[in-house]
Amino acid sequence: MRIKQSAGDTVFMVLVYVLLTLLCFLFLVPIMQVVTVSVSPAEIINRYGFHLIPTKFDFNGYVLVMHNSQIWLAYKNTIVRTVLGTSITVLLTFMGAYPLSKKYLVHRKFWTGFIVLTMFFSGGLIPSYLLVKNLGLMNTVWALVLPSAVSAYMLLVVRSFIAGLPESLEESAQIDGANEIFVLFLIIIPLSLPIIATVGLYSAIFHWNAWFDSMIYIQDGKKQVLQILLRNILLVGSDPSWETSTGGLKMNVNSESLKMATLVVSMAPILAVYPFLQKYFLKGALIGSIKG
Amino acid sequence: METILTQLNPGKVKWRGIANILRKYRAQKYLFIMLLPVLAYFAIFHYGPIYGVLIAFQDYRILDGISGSPWVGLANFWDLFSGATFLQVLRNSLIINFYKLVFGFPAPILLALLINEVNRSWFKKTVQTISYMPHFLSWIILSGLIIEILSPSRGPVNLILSWFGVKPIYFITEPGWFRSILVSSEIWRNVGFSTIIYLAAIAGINPEMYEAAEVDGINRIRKIWYITLPSMIPVIVILLILATGSIINDDFEQVYNLLNAKVQDVGNVISTYTYTEGLTRMNYSYAAAVGLFKNVVSLVMVLSANMLAKKLTEETII
Repeated sequence: MRIKQSAGDTVFMVLVYVLLTLLCFLFLVPIMQVVTVSVSPAEIINRYGFHLIPTKFDFNGYVLVMHNSQIWLAYKNTIVRTVLGTSITVLLTFMGAYPLSKKYLVHRKFWTGFIVLTMFFSGGLIPSYLLVKNLGLMNTVWALVLPSAVSAYMLLVVRSFIAGLPESLEESAQIDGANEIFVLFLIIIPLSLPIIATVGLYSAIFHWNAWFDSMIYIQDGKKQVLQILLRNILLVGSDPSWETSTGGLKMNVNSESLKMATLVVSMAPILAVYPFLQKYFLKGALIGSIKG
Repeated sequence: METILTQLNPGKVKWRGIANILRKYRAQKYLFIMLLPVLAYFAIFHYGPIYGVLIAFQDYRILDGISGSPWVGLANFWDLFSGATFLQVLRNSLIINFYKLVFGFPAPILLALLINEVNRSWFKKTVQTISYMPHFLSWIILSGLIIEILSPSRGPVNLILSWFGVKPIYFITEPGWFRSILVSSEIWRNVGFSTIIYLAAIAGINPEMYEAAEVDGINRIRKIWYITLPSMIPVIVILLILATGSIINDDFEQVYNLLNAKVQDVGNVISTYTYTEGLTRMNYSYAAAVGLFKNVVSLVMVLSANMLAKKLTEETII
């Protein structure tokens, strides 16, 4: 039985659709503006107002970005830290979560508490900085991947996931004489692909977007990550290396279109992949907020 | 048997106890081989800095280390509360985070209610995907976008204002506007992603309630008011308690990227202050004291919030 909508409901529904469409614009306008400015010639950029759809094209900003070796170096550094950091995170999270999921583990409560305690109290910025400095990790990629290697919270999420797996599979492997390390890698991990995707993607997006650690731990410009380079170009001011990198070639490029081109180049990978991977992020957000 | 042995020869039993425990550990050696690197990680990178926080009670000198630096007791904390800057910074943090809570907390609830009303699934999915977008971008990128949008020379916001005869405003450097920019950009970034939990709560509502309401001919707005919203209250209350518990924790990455010299007085918060004092001025001990003060307050508040939330529902937070 279908109940006919009342007139009031129809008005309400129209309102809902209009409001949500306007909201979507609110999210999209900044992106559209930046993309448009990045491909427009100076005369359009400097005109006041909305630039949502490009009318005239000028790709000089991108040409300059493409020829800048520093950007590619920074891109490479970001990819390296993301791949290395994500691999270490996934591996260590499982190596911690699997033993702690075993109810018979000796002193399980104590070891779990040892890890959980760090969720509530931390030494803070200065002691962490001095630690990394004293360990001699300054100016190495390890300063970017080790301090944030395991999140206690994600470890608990994975632990309860593993605890929910059927035990019979593990038992049969143990009868065959395989020790727990083999069980983890040959049985548990292949069964945990969805949760690996969640942990891995959270870690990957963290590393892709991270910049503060790189700002304080990395002084060598050649080891700097993409976000820092972007920050230098966008917020701090123009980068002196721009002129040298074009080999003295004088191009009539509005520095704004150059800034915007760098901005687009650094956010494009994320905008291209997140719509397809969002279900894994949703899962992380949900497990987190209800219970672990 | 055990107790008699203990009375007769406590030392021997103690050793036997330790040997027993060691035997248990040996029986589970593979589990501990896996666990060890993780425990080492937490010991070094989490308990290390907790030990390092001792420098807050020292006049730390980097060459002497913690063992060689002189102890000063609570002197750094006296400095904290006798100087004007820290109190101003603390006030800024609390004000900004309070506004973020007041305006930012209800926003995703409203958005979730709106999204839930949509009955075309392609539209729903599109709205959700678009609204999640800013959550995946770094604050450096977002600051770039915000500065561009608020630009006095070509930003759309100033264009709209000019239609009403308002002269261009350089929002980012205007002390009167800075906190509003922080609050609204925070909402803009997180409102979409935060709807996830509320939409899940709505999805859990028993459909029979809506069917009964439909038979009674109740309109959509009343359904939201009398069914959807009341069903969400447990989730809302818990999230509100948890959010209140972290009111002293500010978003360093956001504030630092938008902060500039002209808005220091209203925008400098605890985390940015800790950074500039500690890592640009090298006042390690003083900055560690600032950080320790914040972390202790935060610990007390988060733990009380968790306890309260636990009391209200039987569900644990962790």
